[in-house]
Amino acid sequence: MCLAIPVRVVGIDPSGETGKVDYLGTKIGANFALIKDIRVGDWVIVHAGFAISRLDENEARETLDMLREVQRAGEG
Amino acid sequence: MTTDLFHDRRVTAGLLAEIAGLAGRAPAPVRLMEVCGTHTMAIHRHGLKDLLREAGVEMISGPGCPVCVTPDGYHETAIRLVTERENFILATFGDMTRIPTRLGSLQTAVPARGSAVKIVYSPAEAFETARRNPSKEVVFFGAGFETTIPAITVTALRALSERLDRFSVLTAFWTIPAPLRAILTAGEARISGFLYPGHVSAIIGLEPYRFVAREFGLPGAVSGFEPADILLGIRSVLEQIRDGRPRVDNAYARVVRTEGNPAARAVMEDALEPCDALWRGLGRIPGSGLRFKPQAAAVDAAGKYGLRPSDDAGDAPGCRCGEVLRGILSPSRCGLFGRTCTPEHPRGPCMVSLEGACLVHHKYRGPVRAVKRKI
Repeated sequence: MCLAIPVRVVGIDPSGETGKVDYLGTKIGANFALIKDIRVGDWVIVHAGFAISRLDENEARETLDMLREVQRAGEG
Repeated sequence: MTTDLFHDRRVTAGLLAEIAGLAGRAPAPVRLMEVCGTHTMAIHRHGLKDLLREAGVEMISGPGCPVCVTPDGYHETAIRLVTERENFILATFGDMTRIPTRLGSLQTAVPARGSAVKIVYSPAEAFETARRNPSKEVVFFGAGFETTIPAITVTALRALSERLDRFSVLTAFWTIPAPLRAILTAGEARISGFLYPGHVSAIIGLEPYRFVAREFGLPGAVSGFEPADILLGIRSVLEQIRDGRPRVDNAYARVVRTEGNPAARAVMEDALEPCDALWRGLGRIPGSGLRFKPQAAAVDAAGKYGLRPSDDAGDAPGCRCGEVLRGILSPSRCGLFGRTCTPEHPRGPCMVSLEGACLVHHKYRGPVRAVKRKI
């Protein structure tokens, strides 16, 4: 039921409520009714065909920085 | 967006070493409940279960599989609908069709004339089915937590606004914080902290978990589903134990906001109201379910067709899914596990659902039972 991985919005229908996301190279339909001001290029989490959260790039970067630190500590 | 670091062996090894250090100084045993079934699956799939055990942390599966906590009474109600009513389509998620009950399952049920069971990936698909089949009544049998409930509710509201009165929803809506209180109050699972679900939290935010720290003094962290995500969440819980300062930490901030998803919460608050709900294994918990408000009665299959899921549909003889869902029994200690209950022939829902603890144990740890068999 849960893809649990981020997918990128690649198209939005004129209604603004539905569109397409890129799931591992395949374009699949998704509903955006639960996300405000959806834009092409947004990364979202899709569950049961509905986008339920938009990824925050700054937070993602911060987590990656934290992981890089752990990685470096392991090498040192 | 790169996800490589989330799987990097040096990263996970580093985090596991930190976790081992923290766990070594924490009061033993360190038992953390992963509330969410998708976490259960990820923890096993990535081999973290044993690595964490070696690091001194025992992970216990919780009630976070909606298909599993839905009692048989609901499944039997769905089976009755499609076997007794003609020109009727019962749409639901795939796992839901394989739950074994006293009446068989939706998969083995023989539908009445013109009726059918249809597996869908999304409630929107069920809605389209209703639109495309003007001679059929369509009921979406929707079991879910806060992750799925907004999607189902949006679909139901659309049917209301388009006056598609042949579409309705048989709700089995469960809210996650309530069973945690039930588990803590019972005290039998002996938990030192929680790994909170990632995508339920994307909807509800952090506030609903705060009672765990405030009233029970237990730490917890929301986490994502990649190996490093899970380990970051567990490290946070252990740091809270070390500092003696339990709280709700967010180790999945790229997806989960403190306030959750306000648009999704508004959809739920507008159309749904809390109700008492009967959970498999946990019994009746006041205010732990959601149902349609009276103004949405037209899409409420229970009211429309006069359905009342029976409370007396017990588990299959010997099935201990209830105890597994309460976190007091490891799947492999159930007498049926791997013998008469297998993924091919499941006896209980936890061996059916992809997020079910029994299926996950069977798939990743093999059918070996922990209790020695008498030869």
